[in-house]
Amino acid sequence: MLRLFPPLTLALFLLPVAAGLLGTALPSLGWMPGAGGPAPTLAAWRALAAAPGLAESLALSLAIGLLSTVLSLALALTIAAGAQGTRLMAWVRRALAPLLALPHVAVALGLAFLLAPSGWIARLLSPWATGWTLPPDIATAPDPWGLAAVLALVLKETPYLLLMLLAALGQVRADRAVRVARTLGHGPGAAWVRVVLPQVYPLVRLPVYAVLAYGLSVVDVALVLAPATPGPLAVAVVRWLGDPDLAVRMQGAAGAVVQTGLVVLVIALWRGGEGVVARLAQPWLGAGPGSRAGRDRARRVGGTAALAAALPIAGLTALALAGMALWSLADSWFWPAPWPAALTLETWRRHLGEATWPLWTTVTVGLAATAAALVLALGTLEHERTRGLTPGRASEILLYVPLLVPQVGFLFGVQTVAALARLDGTWIGVVWSHLLFVLPYVFLALADPHRRLDPRWRRAAQGLGAGPWRVFGRVTVPLLLRPLLFAAAIGFAVSVAQYLPTLFLGAGRYPTLTTEAVALSAGGDRRVIGVHVFLQAALPLLVFAVALAVPRWLSRHRRGLQGGEAPP
Amino acid sequence: MSLVLEAVRVRLAGRTLVGPLALTVADGETVTVMGPSGSGKSTLLDVVTGTLAPAFRAEGRVLLDGRDLAGLAPEQRGIGILFQDPMLFPHLSVGGNLAFGMPRRVRGRARRARIAAVLAEAGLEGLADRDPATLSGGQAARVALMRVLLAEPRALLLDEPFSRLDAALRARVRAFVFEHVEVRGLPTLLVTHDPEDARGRVVRIGGG
Repeated sequence: MLRLFPPLTLALFLLPVAAGLLGTALPSLGWMPGAGGPAPTLAAWRALAAAPGLAESLALSLAIGLLSTVLSLALALTIAAGAQGTRLMAWVRRALAPLLALPHVAVALGLAFLLAPSGWIARLLSPWATGWTLPPDIATAPDPWGLAAVLALVLKETPYLLLMLLAALGQVRADRAVRVARTLGHGPGAAWVRVVLPQVYPLVRLPVYAVLAYGLSVVDVALVLAPATPGPLAVAVVRWLGDPDLAVRMQGAAGAVVQTGLVVLVIALWRGGEGVVARLAQPWLGAGPGSRAGRDRARRVGGTAALAAALPIAGLTALALAGMALWSLADSWFWPAPWPAALTLETWRRHLGEATWPLWTTVTVGLAATAAALVLALGTLEHERTRGLTPGRASEILLYVPLLVPQVGFLFGVQTVAALARLDGTWIGVVWSHLLFVLPYVFLALADPHRRLDPRWRRAAQGLGAGPWRVFGRVTVPLLLRPLLFAAAIGFAVSVAQYLPTLFLGAGRYPTLTTEAVALSAGGDRRVIGVHVFLQAALPLLVFAVALAVPRWLSRHRRGLQGGEAPP
Repeated sequence: MSLVLEAVRVRLAGRTLVGPLALTVADGETVTVMGPSGSGKSTLLDVVTGTLAPAFRAEGRVLLDGRDLAGLAPEQRGIGILFQDPMLFPHLSVGGNLAFGMPRRVRGRARRARIAAVLAEAGLEGLADRDPATLSGGQAARVALMRVLLAEPRALLLDEPFSRLDAALRARVRAFVFEHVEVRGLPTLLVTHDPEDARGRVVRIGGG
């Protein structure tokens, strides 16, 4: 039976992507189920080329995608290198889970209030420091260059890249390599860049591309924080794809194809850039250690730089969410008061009712998609183990496909295919669309711990007469409980954060906290937005807390399990 | 009645790793297979337990009490194994570990009595509820042996079971293991690279 898992897993999530890309490309050529003739036409492409502001849209997409990726990678590397082997690292590890759990939209909405001309930062500084007696007339969130959107992405992607870096660092035994390089006379930072980075970067390459693809095609964060006219390409494409006019929809399909092409092109250029950087760095990598004074300076700077990178990320995120939580409780909060005049539960009382249905959908879809992803990932991994297969590079790249192809590039096609199967606007359809993005994260979180589990545990149990199900239920699952629940929490958080899949497959019938929050952001009632942001952030945080607490509680009398890894 | 290996040979990608090897271990007898690390000793044990990785190809027959083990799942073979490490399941208590392999037909009070009895036999009275992580190395080794014996195997494999123990402990654990194995009259196959651990008849493989 295990044999069925790998093909089933691939079919469930690669076929929709392939079908979705095709189902987007064909309409761009004038062919759509139930509309248009079989004769191909370039009308949609001509309309797209003539669309006002297309060049600005493309430039904005490029700027947001590239800038957010470069900054996130630089910050993640600074933190990983600077915190290596210091006490800061323990703190960083503890802060990662809650930062990862937060949905992008919640962070973006919180940031919008922090940065707005009438926002919290301006309120805290006015009028005593700024002299403003009225909110200044400048566009900050959104700003004309998409910098606020870049900041929101950086707050979310840096922790993600850092998590991937930390996992990769364990694989290359970075601590030891740095120690060796330091005994050869290199300062800590230089040692890290020389001996660790060249080993680690190839391991985080795919996550970096995923961040790049996401930034280039982000929609939900852009709707909150990026300029609206003309807006990044992906936002324009989603607007066109939702138009009642068929011709505009086909123009949107053409735009979606361009969006996919843009991502492919930028990733290819980035890949080429990696080679150039590596070649340029070659002479420096082989050069001996620098002067002693330089090393001393570097030693002092390393930890400080890591702290300087990590603190603003954690601080801004916490502040952004605290601001929205405060708004949800605010009675009246007039400019430029730094705090609400009084707190009340009135907003919660009035708006919690309308949030129940989105909350229910968010929870049930998240649980179902996570459960399905866990079953598929575990089944595939168990199959890999019984067959003694070693996972190849190819299977890892396949896993990343849904994360590398922009969502707008194929979700329209998925919707078209789902409509043919009468799955659009159904709960199952929404769960499936979430599964496409939940599964890769769950699989990646689970694969390493599962593959590392000492095979002698299973053999010992078999030698004691335990059959396959008993070995799985009584040995494999309990020993992997901690990573299993962590993977589940990540999967749930990914599902909660989904915007476009819910939009396309839910057909408006299955609003989630995320789609509601984006819809509300246009209205600008900060109290109601506060309620949604709070719920949206609290839900995955709660799940993470449970996922961390349950194994700890279950193993409170079992010292051997508390380190995370099972001892021999 | 005994454990018999007939012309057992293991290949990996066409190359012979182990064998061909023929040996008979009688009831109550211990045979040592000795060879340097990397000579395929553990692979040989995998053939007997039925846990050989799919990349390997095994030839020959393994018979236990006259029955060919080919095609039997590891859990159906009645072959107990002790590893270098005690491998006590960290999520179960000492008693839970001991009960893990005990046949279902022993129920309720009899089950608990049996666990208490083997703990007493091992000099570990009253430790059934203990966390295995709190045991000393010698205690854990004794619990591991008792866990295997409670599963009522018909043959026992020892995969360098003493090599992680320090010298003083090693002699005591070794004596404890063989005393219990001999009382039960089990055919026992020991693999090791250390001549000091060898016992009974010695078969050398891999030029060791």
